[in-house]
Amino acid sequence: MGISKEYAVQMRGIKKVFGAYQALDDVQLDVKKGTIHAILGENGAGKSTLMNILYGLYQPDCGEIYLNGEKVNIKNPNIAISHGVGMVHQHFMLVDNFTVTQNIILGKEVSNKFGVLNMSKAKNEIKSIVKKYGLDVDPDAKIEDISVGMQQRVEILKALYRGVDLLILDEPTAVLTPLEIKELICIMGNLIKDGKTIIIITHKLKEIKESAEECTIIRKGKYIDTVKVTDVEQSDLANMMVGHKVNLIVEKSPAEPGEIVFDIDNITVEDDRKLSVIKDLSLKIRRGEILGIAGIDGNGQKELVEAITCLRKVSSGTIKINGNEIQNTNPRNVIDNGISTIHEDRQKCGLVLDFTVAENSVLEKYRKQPYSNKGIINNKKIDEFIKQKIQDYKIRPEHCENILVRELSGGNQQKVIIAREVANHPDLLIAVQPTRGLDVGAIEYIHKTLVELRDKGKAILLISLELDEIMNLSDTISVIYSGQIVGTFKQGTVDENHIGFLMAGGKQDAVNN
Amino acid sequence: MQLIIKILRKPITSTIIAILCGFFVASIILSLAGYNSIQTINVMFNGVFSRPKSIANVIIKSTPIILTGLSVAFAFKTGLFNIGAEGQYIMGTIFAVIMGIQFDFVPYIQVPLVIFSGMIAGALYGGIVGLLKSKFGIHEVITSIMLNWIALYMSNFIANTSVFHKPNTTGTYVINESSFTQVLYKWKTSRAGIAYLKNNSFLSDILLRTDLNYGIIIAIVLAIFISFFLLKTTKGFELRAVGLNNHASEFAGIDVKKNILHSMLIAGALSGLAGALTITGMSPHNISTISVFEGNGLNGLSVALIANSSPIGCIFAGLLFSGLIYGGQSVQSEVGVPSEIINIMIGTIVFFVALTRLIPQLANVFEKKVGKKNAN
Amino acid sequence: MKKVIAVLLTITIFSTIIGCTNASNKNENNQVTVAMVTNLGGVNDESYNSSAWQGLQALSSETGTKVTYLESNQATDYLTNLDKLADQGCDLIWALGFVMADSVITASSTNPDLNYAIVDYSYDETPSNVTGVMFRAQESAFIVGYIAGKTTKTNSVGFIGGIEGNVIGQFEYGYRAGVAYASKELGKDINVAVQYIESFGDTPKAKATASKMLSDGCDIIFHAAGGAGIGVIEAAKDANKFAIGVDNDQSRLAPNNVLTSALKLVCNAVDIISTDFINGKEIGGQTLTYGLKENCVGIPENNPNMDPGVYNDAMELEKKIINDEIIPPYNKQSFEKFKSSL
Repeated sequence: MGISKEYAVQMRGIKKVFGAYQALDDVQLDVKKGTIHAILGENGAGKSTLMNILYGLYQPDCGEIYLNGEKVNIKNPNIAISHGVGMVHQHFMLVDNFTVTQNIILGKEVSNKFGVLNMSKAKNEIKSIVKKYGLDVDPDAKIEDISVGMQQRVEILKALYRGVDLLILDEPTAVLTPLEIKELICIMGNLIKDGKTIIIITHKLKEIKESAEECTIIRKGKYIDTVKVTDVEQSDLANMMVGHKVNLIVEKSPAEPGEIVFDIDNITVEDDRKLSVIKDLSLKIRRGEILGIAGIDGNGQKELVEAITCLRKVSSGTIKINGNEIQNTNPRNVIDNGISTIHEDRQKCGLVLDFTVAENSVLEKYRKQPYSNKGIINNKKIDEFIKQKIQDYKIRPEHCENILVRELSGGNQQKVIIAREVANHPDLLIAVQPTRGLDVGAIEYIHKTLVELRDKGKAILLISLELDEIMNLSDTISVIYSGQIVGTFKQGTVDENHIGFLMAGGKQDAVNN
Repeated sequence: MQLIIKILRKPITSTIIAILCGFFVASIILSLAGYNSIQTINVMFNGVFSRPKSIANVIIKSTPIILTGLSVAFAFKTGLFNIGAEGQYIMGTIFAVIMGIQFDFVPYIQVPLVIFSGMIAGALYGGIVGLLKSKFGIHEVITSIMLNWIALYMSNFIANTSVFHKPNTTGTYVINESSFTQVLYKWKTSRAGIAYLKNNSFLSDILLRTDLNYGIIIAIVLAIFISFFLLKTTKGFELRAVGLNNHASEFAGIDVKKNILHSMLIAGALSGLAGALTITGMSPHNISTISVFEGNGLNGLSVALIANSSPIGCIFAGLLFSGLIYGGQSVQSEVGVPSEIINIMIGTIVFFVALTRLIPQLANVFEKKVGKKNAN
Repeated sequence: MKKVIAVLLTITIFSTIIGCTNASNKNENNQVTVAMVTNLGGVNDESYNSSAWQGLQALSSETGTKVTYLESNQATDYLTNLDKLADQGCDLIWALGFVMADSVITASSTNPDLNYAIVDYSYDETPSNVTGVMFRAQESAFIVGYIAGKTTKTNSVGFIGGIEGNVIGQFEYGYRAGVAYASKELGKDINVAVQYIESFGDTPKAKATASKMLSDGCDIIFHAAGGAGIGVIEAAKDANKFAIGVDNDQSRLAPNNVLTSALKLVCNAVDIISTDFINGKEIGGQTLTYGLKENCVGIPENNPNMDPGVYNDAMELEKKIINDEIIPPYNKQSFEKFKSSL
C-alpha cells in the first residue's frame, strides 16, 4: 500500500525496544481519513506504545510516520498537536479542583493583551463545540464533582478545543457504564460525520463491531492484519488477537446450589464521611452458586467488600459464614473463617509488588505449617507450593517463583492472586473485577477457574462493573443501586436492558407496569 | 562491548566505579582548594592501613555507625524512615551512663545491665515514634526530628545533674570500670599486662593503644541476625510486607499498626545499643554537655544509604565510612587540609556510592548504542 | 553479599594502586614537631582553639618547628586523636581543655617517651611527661570588672558563665572583685547579676539570657561562656549596650558594642612552654600558672569604645597586680576575703 493523501495516518516499519524487550517489531498502520479505526491487541501487545509514538511520547527506534501523505517527525506531543493529533489517555490528566472550562483551556488560555483571562470567550467556544458533537457537559462544573464518563468528555473536548483532526482514544470504554459506552459511540459517530478521524485502542471486541470500520490487530509487538470489521466475526478477531482459538462464551452446566454458606443480614455501613453507603443490605449465597452483583461504580460495592473482609466497620446487621458471625472482627479472622478475596486493585491491595512470586503466594499463609515452623520460614516448602501452582495455573514466565511479581504481566499477576486465594480452600470466594484490564486469553482462563470452583461446591461472590461478565458468569444476578439490592434474578430470567435499567436507578415496579 | 555491558550490570562493578568516581571528584576538589590530591589521598589510606592499630581504630569507630546504620536500614526495609537514630543513640548513652554510674556489680551482671538499659531506652524512644505513627498517623520524620532535640537536651540535663555531674568538668562521672567492654581491660591495665605487652608490639598496638572492645562482634552478629530475621522469619516477612505495601498486607490479614510499632521498637533498640556500646567500650566512658549532635545516628543514615539498606552491607558501609572519617583526620594533621574540605571530600565519595544505581543505567545506554549499530 | 565483596575489592585495589608507603613521618633531621588536639569547638572557634593554634603558628615562624593540629568531632575522638599525633612522631602534644584530662593520662602512660601538655587543668598527681597549664584568669577578669564598674551608667552590670566550676569561677569572682574595687573607688553601689547557661555551645540560650539581663537594667555584660558567648555579644548589639568579650579580642564581632575583652592568651602560654620544651627545658610533672606577669592574660591595646581615662586607670591597676599589690580573688572564699578587705 503506497503513501497517499487518502490516509490520515500511515506508519511504516515501526520498531521500538525497551531494554531487552522488543515492544514493537516492524509494525505498520493505515488509517483512512474520516473513519474510526480500531487497534486490537492483548495487554502488552504494543498498541499503546504504537499510539504513544504517534503522539510523540516515545521516539521509534526506526520507522516512518506519514500524516495526510506527508512524512513527519513527531518529537513531542506539542508537535503532534500542531499536526492535529490529539490523544485521550486511559488515565485522565485533569486538575481535580478546576472547572471543566479551566481544564479545557489549560495550556491554551485565551487572554487579552494584559494577560487577563477571557473566560467568557473560551466558554462560548467550548459551548459551540459541545453543541456540534453532542458532548453534553456543564462547563462550570468542577472535575471532582462529575462522573468518569463526563471527565472523558472533557478530555475529548480538550483535544477538540485544540483543533485536532485525529483523535486517539486509549481504552476509552474501560471505565464507562454500558449507557455511557453507547453515548460515546454516538459521539464518535458525530465526530466522523464532521470529517475527524478516530483511532481507538481496545481489547473489547463487541465495541469494535459496533463502532469501527477497520481494525488493525497487533500481537506481541508484531503486525498481524488489518481487516474490515463487517467482514469478520468477533471470534475471528479474538483468534487473531490471541493467536489461537478462543472460546468467548463461558461454558458451564446449570448450577446445583446447596445449602446457604454465606449470609448477610440487614447490614448498614458508613463511609469515611459517616454517610450510610450501604443501607439494610441482605444477601445469601449457597454452595455451588455464583452470585453476581451488577451495578455502576460507586453504589456501595467497595464498601460491601470492605465490610465483609472487616476492613470497614458495620454499624448494624450481621455477616455470617457457615453460621459464624464475622462482622467487625479483623481481616485475618475473616480469612481463617474461609473467606478469600480477589481484590479489585490487584497491585495495591492484592500483591506486594516488590515481593517475589513465592513470597506473594504465602502472603496469608506464611504463619501456618508447613510454610513456617515456630516463626522460621520454610522456603523449601513455599517453593514446592508455588512451583506446583505455577504449573497448575500456567503462570508465565515459567520458573518465575523467585522473580518479583512486579515483573509479571497483569494477567499473570492475577493468576498468582487466584492461585493463592483458591489454595486457601475457601468456602466463599469474593472476586471483585477479577478480569479488569486483562486480555481475552486471561479472561477466559479466569472465568473457567471460577466455574470450576463453583462446580466443586464453593460459593462465589462476583462483583463486576462489566455487565457482560455478570450476565455470562452468574447463576444468580443481584443489582446494587445506592447501597441496596434492588433486584435479584436467576440467570436467564432477565435481559441486559432490564438490569441496566435497574443499575441506573430505575424502579422495579415501573418495569412491571 | 557486550562484555563491558555485562560487567557494568554487576553490582560489584557499580560500587567500585562509584568509589573510584568519588575519589576522582574528591581529588579535583582538593586540587581546586590548592592541595596535592595524590598526596592527600595517599595520606588518607596510610592513615587507615599503615598500622594494625589504625585498622583497629577504624573498626572500633565503625561499631556505633554500623549499629545505627542497621537501625535505619531495618526501619527502611519495613517502610519507615528512622531519622531518629540520633535521638535513640543519645538515649542509649544516657541510660548506659546512669546505670554505669549508679551500679557496680560484677562485670558479667553489670555489663549486660548497662547495655540492656541503653538498648531498652533506645527502643522505648523509638517506640514513641512508632506509637504516634500507628495510633495517630503522625509522620515519623517529624516526631523523630523533635525527639532528637529532646534527647540532646535531656543528655545535657543529665550531664549537669548533680548526682552524675563531675565537678569542674562539662560532663558526668566516668561509669564504673565493671561496665567496661574493652578487650582484656583489666589485664591490659594491670602491671603484668603492661609488662607482657611491652614485648609484643602488635598486641600492644591494638590492645593498649586503642579501645578495642567487644562491640564490633555484637554489631556483626546483629547485622547477620537482622538479615536472617527479615528474610527467614514470619515476623520479618510481616514487617517487610507492611513496608512494601501496607494495603496488601492489611488485606492479607496482617496487623499493620502493630508492625509499625514493633519495627520502631527494634530500630530504636539497635540505635540505643550503639549508644550503650560507645559508653561501655570507648573512652571517655561518659557523656558531656554538647551543643550539636555528635552525628553517630545521622551518620547511620549515610551508612544505610551506602549499604542500600542491606543489613550485611551495613557492616562494610560502616567500615568504609569510619575509614573515611578516621583517614580524613590523618589528612588534617599531616597535610593540613581543613576539616571542611575533608568533609566535602568524604561527602563526595559517599554521594557517589549512593548513586551506585546509576551505573547499570550506563549499561543501558551502551546497549542502546550497540543495538543501533547492529540495527544499521 | 556482592556489595560486600565489592567494597573489599575496592579497598584492596586502592591500597595496591596507592601503595603502602610507610607512615613513619619521623623527620629525618630530628626536627621537633609540636601538635595540638582541639576540643569539640574545632580550630576555627574564634576562641580557645584558634588562640592555641595561633601560638603554635607563631612558634613555627620563630623557630621553624613543624606544627600541626587535629580536630575532635566526638568525645570518643580525644584519645584516638592524641594517639594519632603520637604515631605521626609529634614530640609535644597539646590537649586543649580539661575535657581531655583523662585521655591525656591514658595517652601519656602508653607513650611515656612523649610529652603532653593540657590547658586549664591541674592534676593532683601530674605524670612526669605531662604539663598542666593554668591561667590566672581572675587577673584579666578583675581588670575588665574594674572597667565595667567605671563605665556603667545604670550601676548594674552582668556576668554570664558557661558551666560552673573552678575555671569559670576565676572569671566570675575576679570580675566581681574588679567591679567591687571600682565601686569602692567611685563610692557608689554597683550591682552584679550572675547567670550560668550550663553550656559552652548553646548560643541561643546565651543570647536569651543576655537579653533578659540587659532589659533588667544591666548595660554591660561580661561573658565567659566559650563559643556560646557570641550570643551575649549579639544581644548587646541588638540592645545597643556593651558586652565584654573573653579569651580573644572579640571586638570584631560587634565593633560598636564590645567594650573590651578579657584576653586569655593561650597562644602566648603555648608559645612559651613549647619554646621551653624545644630548648630542652624540663617542663613535665608540674602545673604551670600564667597571668599578667607573663603576658598570658590581659586586655587588648585598642579599645575604641572605652573612655581613655578608664583605660589609663586600668593600666595602673594592671601594674599593681603585676607587682602583687592587689591579688584578685579566684573563688568564693577568696572573693569574700577580698571584699571585706576593701
